[in-house]
Amino acid sequence: MSWGGLAPLVILLSSLVPALLIFFLDESRVRLRNGLNLGGAVLKVSVVGVMLWGVYRGWRFQLSWELLPGVSFLLRIDSLSLLFMTLSAVLWLLTTIYAIGYLADRPHNRRFFGFFCLCVAATVGISMAGNLFTLFIFYELLTLSTYPMVVHRGDNASLRAGAVYLAYTLTGSMAVLAGTVWLYALVGPVDFVEQGGILVAAPEQRASLTLILALLIGGFSVKAALVPLHGWLPRAMAAPAPVSALLHAVAVVKAGAFGILRVVYDLYGAELAHQLGVLAVLLAFAAATIVYGSVRALFQTDIKRRLAYSTVSQVSYILLGTALFGSVATVGALVHLVHQGVMKITMFFCAGAVAETLGVHRVDELDGTGPRMPWTMTAFTIAALAMIGLPPFAGFISKWYLGVGALEAGAAWVVGVLLLSSLLNAAYFLPMLYRAWFKAPPAAWPQEATTPGSWEAPPSLVLPPALTAFFSLAFGVLAGTAISPLQWAQFIAALEYAP
Amino acid sequence: MSPALLLPGLILPLVAAPVSFLLGRRALPWLPWLVALMVAGCLCGLAAPLLSEGELFLHLGNWEPPLGLRWRFDGLVWGMIAATTLVCLAVAVYADGYVPNRGRRGRWLGFWPVLFFLWGALNSLFLAGDIFNIYVTLELVSLAAVALVTLDGRPQALAAGMRYLLLALVGSLCYLLGIALLYASFGVLDAALLAERLQPGMTASLAMALLGVGLFLKTALFPVHGWLPAAHGEAPAPASALLSSLVVMGSLYVLLRLWLELFGAVLTPGLRQFVAVLGAAAVLWGSWLAMCQRRLKLVVAYSTVAQLGYPLLMVPLLETSGAAAAWSGGFYLLLSHALAKASMFLVAGVLLHAQGHDRIFQSRGFAGRYPMSVFAFGLAALTLLALPPSGGFIGKWLLLEASFGSGQWWWGLVLLLGGLLAAGYVFRVLVPIFGDAGHRHLEAVPLRMELAALSLAVGSVVLGLVAGAPVRALQAVVLP
Repeated sequence: MSWGGLAPLVILLSSLVPALLIFFLDESRVRLRNGLNLGGAVLKVSVVGVMLWGVYRGWRFQLSWELLPGVSFLLRIDSLSLLFMTLSAVLWLLTTIYAIGYLADRPHNRRFFGFFCLCVAATVGISMAGNLFTLFIFYELLTLSTYPMVVHRGDNASLRAGAVYLAYTLTGSMAVLAGTVWLYALVGPVDFVEQGGILVAAPEQRASLTLILALLIGGFSVKAALVPLHGWLPRAMAAPAPVSALLHAVAVVKAGAFGILRVVYDLYGAELAHQLGVLAVLLAFAAATIVYGSVRALFQTDIKRRLAYSTVSQVSYILLGTALFGSVATVGALVHLVHQGVMKITMFFCAGAVAETLGVHRVDELDGTGPRMPWTMTAFTIAALAMIGLPPFAGFISKWYLGVGALEAGAAWVVGVLLLSSLLNAAYFLPMLYRAWFKAPPAAWPQEATTPGSWEAPPSLVLPPALTAFFSLAFGVLAGTAISPLQWAQFIAALEYAP
Repeated sequence: MSPALLLPGLILPLVAAPVSFLLGRRALPWLPWLVALMVAGCLCGLAAPLLSEGELFLHLGNWEPPLGLRWRFDGLVWGMIAATTLVCLAVAVYADGYVPNRGRRGRWLGFWPVLFFLWGALNSLFLAGDIFNIYVTLELVSLAAVALVTLDGRPQALAAGMRYLLLALVGSLCYLLGIALLYASFGVLDAALLAERLQPGMTASLAMALLGVGLFLKTALFPVHGWLPAAHGEAPAPASALLSSLVVMGSLYVLLRLWLELFGAVLTPGLRQFVAVLGAAAVLWGSWLAMCQRRLKLVVAYSTVAQLGYPLLMVPLLETSGAAAAWSGGFYLLLSHALAKASMFLVAGVLLHAQGHDRIFQSRGFAGRYPMSVFAFGLAALTLLALPPSGGFIGKWLLLEASFGSGQWWWGLVLLLGGLLAAGYVFRVLVPIFGDAGHRHLEAVPLRMELAALSLAVGSVVLGLVAGAPVRALQAVVLP
């Protein structure tokens, strides 16, 4: 093992070690627990920062360990892993701050934060996985460690949600496992490579490779909440707000989308994946999901459920971009992975803050929340406008690249899907904004927090969404500069489509 | 000194049995530790020669076969004995804190001699190199096992034990008949010699069927699994742990080794598929029944029925290109299952101890009070679900690789489906346990009981993390 192998290890351990320590801490050791959590998160963000610089300069960091004859556990940091890893590391830090404020004085915090760290360890593990075997290991770890968070409240709704969640995700994982093993049996161990194309389809293997690709994409689509495999996501909203924010808007659904990105670009290679025809099917499903999710969101009265259906719709943008052949669409898919993350986490943060402070859970209770909680609702407004895809917000950049990519790939109808989806987004987000800012507040809030501070809500509930809202704006305005996600996505796409 | 001279050290537990009987309580807690350390020492000493030579033989009394007896020792035997030692030690530590129903402490002292006896009998079973010696040691194991079931003295336990005894005797008779046939036709008992001389034909087929029926009965393989849940469910928890992990592993080990090594030519492809169909039926039916149970110990017991079906799936795969993977995968699964299952029964014992019953839906709040035990249960369950990182995952991965690689993908489907069903019954248990307790009173449980369960569960996970060397050692065993 060289020094370069230490980096993946440190990144993994920076959340694995806090997780294990937290499980063995007493429930009452609040400060030590928070310190461990935040310390791990800060350490991770700083190491990831160094990695970004290193990978941009062309270095790669890897660590491998032969687990079985011919089958290795491989952690590797490349450009694509950093995209996902940076997103989860930064959002983990913010969500930790948020969760500490949100869950203060509630029971079972040891369990919550322990599994929370474990989830993040799984997420960064997924981003660093250098082959399908390793990816599967962390993918399963993510399934198992998110289950306790879905059922954290312990009431019947969350228990049922947990059962549904497990049924869906474990079945998906079995498909992934079957595809993985089959691929290993067929062509031997293969690692991800940045240009893809490691698989050479001999004519007699084409049928098998097609089936394997279908199994893998099908399996990963469960977590990516592709219709009709999305049923678990709206139900999982029974979990506490920080869980919905980080896990169900970012980590879990992105893990599925990321798995598809990896398989398509770094295993099969975009060209072969397109030749095998599976991506055409994926394109159809992704387009259907985008429209279906938005339509369902329109009819939800519960804020979190509306956001959940919006997630179903928005995550499929990533799959849509993947399914279109061409570097512009790829850039759109990759950049949306980040943009959707910061936009949606902002909205869930805000929804949680409003529910916590005023007891507002339903859309029709939002009246007048804007003047009452201006910071929170401003953040929400920015995120909503970005989601709709207004320039100059981040969402516009994603949709622009996806649209141009669709035209480039000769699928003009996709532009229609994007426009329709933007209209629907506007149709379910704008009424919320209207209620929040222009309607008079009710005589009494449903359930106002008893200890009003000097601010609209505790700072730990306000600052994280303010920051992520700022990101949603900045990523759009500064898209042309060197530090934007767009630049990084173009950097990856340039590597993928390198001759 | 020849390394094979270390082999007798492995049956030291047989010596410890009378010692613990004579010393009673005074033998605790040092004697199990001492014996385990000595056995472990012998295993360590044997590891290096094993790696260089692959197989060791000890001719008892210096008589060569066919006249004399001999012990055979290879990587697989090493693994079996190592797992047995770990489980027996953990159970011994656990049982020291365990108070069986209504506090019959005096009677409970009888547990240790039986434990040592079983331990020694199992080790000699794994070492045995000829089919009659295997018969004798199998009988010893069965006797110890029946004693374990009935140790409690409750009427249900006695009834279950009686049923177990009768079925085990029928199984033994079948086995004895089988080896009698073999001896009469081929004139040797040593397994290796017999494998050379055996001619496919009517006699060989009949003998194989008889051995098979006998060992199916003793292992509780589908369709003769009916006795297992009652026996394993009624025994005291530490006894259940031994029965469900080691005793069935012993007879399944014998079944697979004898069938594959002696009757390789008799097992036609069709017959091999049939054996695997029985295994698949065990997996599916056992898991389904496990999902229908209301008592934790019964859930775990039925899951044993299911898990024992997996190793049978390797039988048809051994004739294909995936033979090495299938062989190592099947036995790796068996070894990991031993550790995991023992741990789960020990946790069931903690639950029983804490609340006086093991009804799943009245176990709310157990996780809050005993997080370590529940953590152990979860870790052990990883092996049953075959999720990474666990020994069960490695075993299943290898079997899956063999099945997809050889084109017999339908066995792969059984493996995957079995994992999903296992998730069904495991989470059905975990959900109420994590529920809110309210103001329920739970008894205190000695820490060493929880630690014993946890260490076995961790062991089953460690098997998943350091699989490279053990799997290579298993694959180095001369394939039948």
